[in-house]
Amino acid sequence: MTSHFKYLNSFKRRHIGPNPKATEEMLRTLGSSSLEELIAETLPEQIRLTVPVVLPEPVNEQTFLSDLRKLASKNKTFNSFIGLGYYNCVTPPVIQRNIFENPGWYTQYTPYQAEISQGRLEALLNFQTAIMDLTKMEIANASLLDEGTSAAEAMGMLFRIRNKRIKGEVANQFLVSESCFPQTIELIKTRAEPLDIEVIVGDHQAFEFTARTFGAMVQYPAEDGNIHDYQELIQRAHHSNALVVFASDLLSLTLLTPPGELGADVAIGSTQRFGIPLGFGGPHAAYFATHEKFIREAPGRIIGVSVDRYGHPAYRMAIQTREQHIKRDKATSNICTAQALLAIMAGMYAVYHGPEGLKAIAQKIHSLAQLLETELSALGYKQLNPYYFDTLKIQGIGDTELIKKRALTAQMNFRYIDSNTIAITLDETVSIEILNQIIQVFAKDKGQQRLLTSVSLDPLMEPNSLKLPEPLIRRSNYLSHAVFHSYHSESEMMRYIKRLENKDISLTFSMISLGSCTMKLNSATEMLPVTWPEFASIHPFAPSEQVGGYLSMIKTLEESLAKITGFKATSLQPNSGAQGEYAGLMVIRAYHKAHGDNQRNVILIPASAHGTNPASAAMSGMNVIVIKCDDRGNIDVEELREKAVQFRESLAGLMVTYPSTHGVFEEAIREICQIIHENGGLVYMDGANMNAQVGLTNPGTIGADVCHLNLHKTFAIPHGGGGPGVGPICVNEKLAPYLPSHPLVSVGGKTPISAISAAPWGSAGILMIAYAYIQMLGMEGLTDATRYAILNANYLKSRLENHYDLLYVGKRGRVAHEMILDTRPFEKTAGIKVEDIAKRLMDYGFHAPTISFPVPGTMMIEPTESESKEELDRFCEAMIAIREEIRELEEKKADSEDNVLINAPHTAEEIASDSWSHPYSREKAVYPLPFVRAHKFWVSVGRINNSYGDRNLICSCPPVA
Amino acid sequence: MSDIPEEFQYTREHEWIQIDGNKAIIGITDHAQRSLGDIVYIELPEIGDEIDAGDEFGNVESVKAVSSLFMPVSGRVIEVNSELDSQPELVNDDCYDTWIIRIEITNPEDLKSLLDAEEYAEFLLESED
Repeated sequence: MTSHFKYLNSFKRRHIGPNPKATEEMLRTLGSSSLEELIAETLPEQIRLTVPVVLPEPVNEQTFLSDLRKLASKNKTFNSFIGLGYYNCVTPPVIQRNIFENPGWYTQYTPYQAEISQGRLEALLNFQTAIMDLTKMEIANASLLDEGTSAAEAMGMLFRIRNKRIKGEVANQFLVSESCFPQTIELIKTRAEPLDIEVIVGDHQAFEFTARTFGAMVQYPAEDGNIHDYQELIQRAHHSNALVVFASDLLSLTLLTPPGELGADVAIGSTQRFGIPLGFGGPHAAYFATHEKFIREAPGRIIGVSVDRYGHPAYRMAIQTREQHIKRDKATSNICTAQALLAIMAGMYAVYHGPEGLKAIAQKIHSLAQLLETELSALGYKQLNPYYFDTLKIQGIGDTELIKKRALTAQMNFRYIDSNTIAITLDETVSIEILNQIIQVFAKDKGQQRLLTSVSLDPLMEPNSLKLPEPLIRRSNYLSHAVFHSYHSESEMMRYIKRLENKDISLTFSMISLGSCTMKLNSATEMLPVTWPEFASIHPFAPSEQVGGYLSMIKTLEESLAKITGFKATSLQPNSGAQGEYAGLMVIRAYHKAHGDNQRNVILIPASAHGTNPASAAMSGMNVIVIKCDDRGNIDVEELREKAVQFRESLAGLMVTYPSTHGVFEEAIREICQIIHENGGLVYMDGANMNAQVGLTNPGTIGADVCHLNLHKTFAIPHGGGGPGVGPICVNEKLAPYLPSHPLVSVGGKTPISAISAAPWGSAGILMIAYAYIQMLGMEGLTDATRYAILNANYLKSRLENHYDLLYVGKRGRVAHEMILDTRPFEKTAGIKVEDIAKRLMDYGFHAPTISFPVPGTMMIEPTESESKEELDRFCEAMIAIREEIRELEEKKADSEDNVLINAPHTAEEIASDSWSHPYSREKAVYPLPFVRAHKFWVSVGRINNSYGDRNLICSCPPVA
Repeated sequence: MSDIPEEFQYTREHEWIQIDGNKAIIGITDHAQRSLGDIVYIELPEIGDEIDAGDEFGNVESVKAVSSLFMPVSGRVIEVNSELDSQPELVNDDCYDTWIIRIEITNPEDLKSLLDAEEYAEFLLESED
């Protein structure tokens, strides 16, 4: 009774879909007597854990939240005026409640299925338009991981452009102004080294461009707050055939002449201060904008406008041919998951405030800074920046330590540049009261009292009182599109957000069975702490004494993940899976270098690998050798052995996904790892399929040396419609010394590689989600999650295998946690492609599984443990009904040119139209099964014309019709 | 079945070449345009570029794939079909009537390794297996 009560009150009951009764029925259907028997039939015996992983007993949701409250109270929510790319700001509550805290938005997947993603595509197009307008560049992408990464990507792009098809000596010198943020400079160095790019950090005025210099980067305003006029530098750069990257503060661009008008070639930066909480470093969306002529060289997803089947405008992701899933090691970047949710929020911040609102925020900050300068000068301090937007650089201080002590007493953090210099960066949240507190700290230092009373900022809001260089005062307009002028009342804003949300399928509507993506439950309890101020409003460079709660949570999480993967140490720094791969490969590289093996640069990658693998390898300076797979989707062990031996002198390692991307536990995995080790290489395990391992086996036991985890897959962080992600790496003892460091905060191994992400713990602000998931499930619950993921996949297999061909199964006829349906034959038998099935599923209310990965023309289904038997049954009914619709075509009972599949999805507008010319009924089109009638998803557009969109590129908000 | 006109010569990378004295025009075959699908962009070389046989002279992009274009013979680019900038779909519409670049042949020896229509048809059949 007690144990039953415990189950009823457990988080496991909420997280795992099938209840005990359903479990029995499902096992019966697939012919196993118990869950344990099913697992034994699925997982090779030799890789099963012999010693179970031990984690603390699980706690229920209420206990977890009250425990976490105590932990949160160890974080001190001081006012941080540290700047350096991270600022306090106000998340408009209408955005916080309706997007940030709304599963309708945060449980969406990347918008590959554009017809059911029009809401977030529009929101991302708003983001791109805002970036283009504020920077005055011709194109912008839909976000990158952070400002530092964006800077590194910009350098990489300019390097490619300059050296494209150049025979002979490459131009490999990149100048970085010392005015850039320290973490940005560090990330540029990290990226440059394996690509043989020489980075020169120095004074931008003294830069000497040579024939070898391909680019330069400056910060605007500079890291210390000063505003330089870089026009002369740009001229000199262009004169030497070099291009210039501007790292710019987006908010300051409402007042400052934008990079595009100054002649910049790339503009990058963070959009954090557009309403995104600090979150101890992330997640935040970085932006990347450049000339249109560089669009095919640009990294990241770009949203474009096309037309649908009816000729109506519709949004989609444009020119994906640049990206890793198509171009692999030749891709423009390894980026896959970006920061979609945060980009959507930043775009909405611009929509909500409009151009006048944004400018008023910027002017207020600028005026407060001027007021502070006046007061501090009156007190006898020296302010060094001749021009500034929001940051003062102060000298003339008696004792910095004393000021620091006073500031801490007043619960404030400044930036202490050296023993005689303090920088203070003001932000949107600063009021006259807060300004007074700052002034008090400095006044006391001079033994004075000074208080501003009911000061009016109005005189300072006049354009003629700007402390900006005259030639750099912005004259041009921005955000003129109607979307930035229409939703300034909360009612309008709320409805606009809801209208967009309703166009998209998220987990709030139905299961999203994307193979390799693990779209499991992101529970409300896991999500709640993300917006608690104790976690949300902490600056990444706040003193360690103020972040005890974070540090304790991070330590526990790092240790838990290391135990779960069978490894020694964890780095939480990488903020996506691809970034984890890159970090892991850089760690492998550092290990070889430390052992005198500089020549080890060959990486073996199976043909079936995710595109990010070869793309990350290329970024780490590795040469990719592709290994064939057999017709069961397994690595060709003999070819692997041959290549490992052939390259034994230069072998860096192997990248392998387990279970394989084909959803099979390869029997030979141990042997594979051994072959690599025997030939001097290390094994990198891609954690995309970790949801089939947790608690049953682990990368350490299997024989890998390093793995990454996708916390946004396996550990319950939501996908956010294409990010945020968290991609930590876990490593064994050999590799632990090389875990990445950070220039400003002590993290990483003893002989670390340089930083991979701008913030020390990457996207720290969402780590509580994974932490909650582990704390509330405990090891037994986590293992059950794996068992049920395998059960659900095998149940789908039993229900679908008589209707569809399965591409690969394991030795004993089982699949792991996902499976591939072979839909290729239908092209010949019925003229139906996998896309037609994907689009038709929308009429049934489902998001399609992964299509055309890892095998073109097929469909990969991963149900996850969180789906109930009822939901799985609805999905199966839809798939079986679609198979019957295909059969009608095979048997010539339906029109090959005009049928429910090739016309899918069907909009309400078409169904309601007076002219219905199709040979099938309206009912068949939109209510093909009874359950659909009770729970219908209406697509907002018809099938989108992809080639039209790529031939007629439009990547900003289209004019309002 | 792919269309393979008799009057052209071919490469194993699915380019066709029509030779006229020491000059030639180059395009992609019906097989190539079919496997790519709707072509959305063609990256062209600069006039004056000298490119060796077998080296890349550009790229053809569809919505889902990118294919490199390879020089059938060594040569100097003397003209590019700039109509393709705005209408890349011309290659889908009629791939043999739509040349991509015109070159001056710099090494006539390279001509020996080209396939004739019959050989190319055989090559296609073999690679289907």
